[in-house]
Amino acid sequence: MERGYRRKRSNRQIPEDEVITLENVTKSYSTGAPALNGVTLHIKRGEFVFIVGDSGSGKSTLIKLLLRELVPTDGEITVLGYNLRRIKHSKIPKFRRNLGIVFQDFRLLKDRNVYENVAFAQRIVQTPSRDIKRNVPSILATVNLAGKYKNKINQLSGGEQQRVALARALVNKPAILLADEPTGNLDPNNSWEIMKLMEQINENGTTVIVVTHNREIVNAMKKRVITMKKGVIIEDEEEGMYIDED
Amino acid sequence: MRINSFFYTIGQGFKNLGRNKWYTLASVATISACLFLFGIFYAIITNFEHVVKTAEEGVSVTVFFNEGTTEDQILAVKSDLENRTEVREIVYVSAEEAWQGFKDEYLGEYSDGFTENPLADSANLQIYLNDVSMQTALVTYAESISVVREVNRSEVTANTLSGLNKLIAYVSAGIIVILLLVSIFLISNTVTMGIQVRKDEINIMKYIGATDFFVRAPFVVEGILIGIIGSLIPLVIVYFVYKNAISYVASKFTMLSSLLNFLPVEIVYNKLVPISLAIGIGIGFFGSFTTVRKHLHV
Repeated sequence: MERGYRRKRSNRQIPEDEVITLENVTKSYSTGAPALNGVTLHIKRGEFVFIVGDSGSGKSTLIKLLLRELVPTDGEITVLGYNLRRIKHSKIPKFRRNLGIVFQDFRLLKDRNVYENVAFAQRIVQTPSRDIKRNVPSILATVNLAGKYKNKINQLSGGEQQRVALARALVNKPAILLADEPTGNLDPNNSWEIMKLMEQINENGTTVIVVTHNREIVNAMKKRVITMKKGVIIEDEEEGMYIDED
Repeated sequence: MRINSFFYTIGQGFKNLGRNKWYTLASVATISACLFLFGIFYAIITNFEHVVKTAEEGVSVTVFFNEGTTEDQILAVKSDLENRTEVREIVYVSAEEAWQGFKDEYLGEYSDGFTENPLADSANLQIYLNDVSMQTALVTYAESISVVREVNRSEVTANTLSGLNKLIAYVSAGIIVILLLVSIFLISNTVTMGIQVRKDEINIMKYIGATDFFVRAPFVVEGILIGIIGSLIPLVIVYFVYKNAISYVASKFTMLSSLLNFLPVEIVYNKLVPISLAIGIGIGFFGSFTTVRKHLHV
């Protein structure tokens, strides 16, 4: 999916191994201060990145911009070679098929079982039925849910539900996994289990970006940490720590 | 689109009916209620129109000719009038037939005293019209023909029937528009409620990379199915209600039934079935299509 070198407005060439590029990105809403203010950020393929910060720091806006749910007010965003300011509406589905998304509230289809929830993601990208029958059990085994494929969603614990969400995000083999507070509704044990799975997925080559408030996990995992405050990046460190700014 | 994806979206449309039982039930009930009222109203209006039409068909204009006009001349006028758009049928009544008719109706055995035909100049043309509102134009034309002595017509009947026809047209149009507006309002509320419940599903589909078509198709299939079910139910109910109502009126009000010649249910249903299905499917299709569109910009 990546498209090699691209000339950008800032005249900076995007290296081939860079999957996410933000150049001076600002996002303003009709009222109040900008949610993002001149953010520049580069993420390489295969990185594991935590984005941390208090409420209102701009983390969720950043995720929405990366999903192309929002369009920046100013600046350029390039994800996997797609310029998200200029992408046509009809190309957005194709772009999003390169991303896996996990939400804090799981967002599973409660009227369908575990298998159907994961197969749903494959149906949407029009995977042939025989491939779905092969891929879904395989990904459910990866998240340790092979034995529960027939269970309804409300028969699962929070941790299990998040693993189903993770399986759904991964089944289409995305280049980037975006997780928005994936442990926000989980107890410490389940939180660790989810993070370990994400680490495992990252080791297999998927770029993982996790937005979180979970200081303990961030500090223990020794990954790149981007700290945001009031719409700007105040710190960006390899093997960084989540330090309380207050 | 792959063939299995096509069948998947169709299948999802069917499955959605079961997944959202209450929403399905509410939508079907709303469409059914509106189309039931429409069906009843349509049956009444169609019958009313039929009664008026039957009355219209009995209205004729009679043209009498000057003394000495030959049969050939009368037949020439007949063929000339037959070419006019107002005319449905012309019956030529010769002087002999007119006298025979008069004798049969009024004189009976007392007619023997007449040696000659007292109605020698009463050969006439009875003209039946396509539409009574065209009567004046035809009469004006007939009166301008040189051999024509007199044109008899029933202006009051023609005007009354013509007025009734217009009234039916306006009332039908008005009631149909009101029924459609009420249906669309109710359906759009029901669909909005249903979509609200499934907003998350649409959002997830969009985040995963579903095209607008793929998101919309199951909802549209579901809308069409609801439309079909919602129109079939009132069609069945109205069928039995109508059949029983006309046989009840015929048996209980014999005087009325000689005046009102009810249409058989099959005739009413020739048009009511396609109209009801078209309205039901149309409402289901546009209701789901437009409501889903509001949620596609994720």
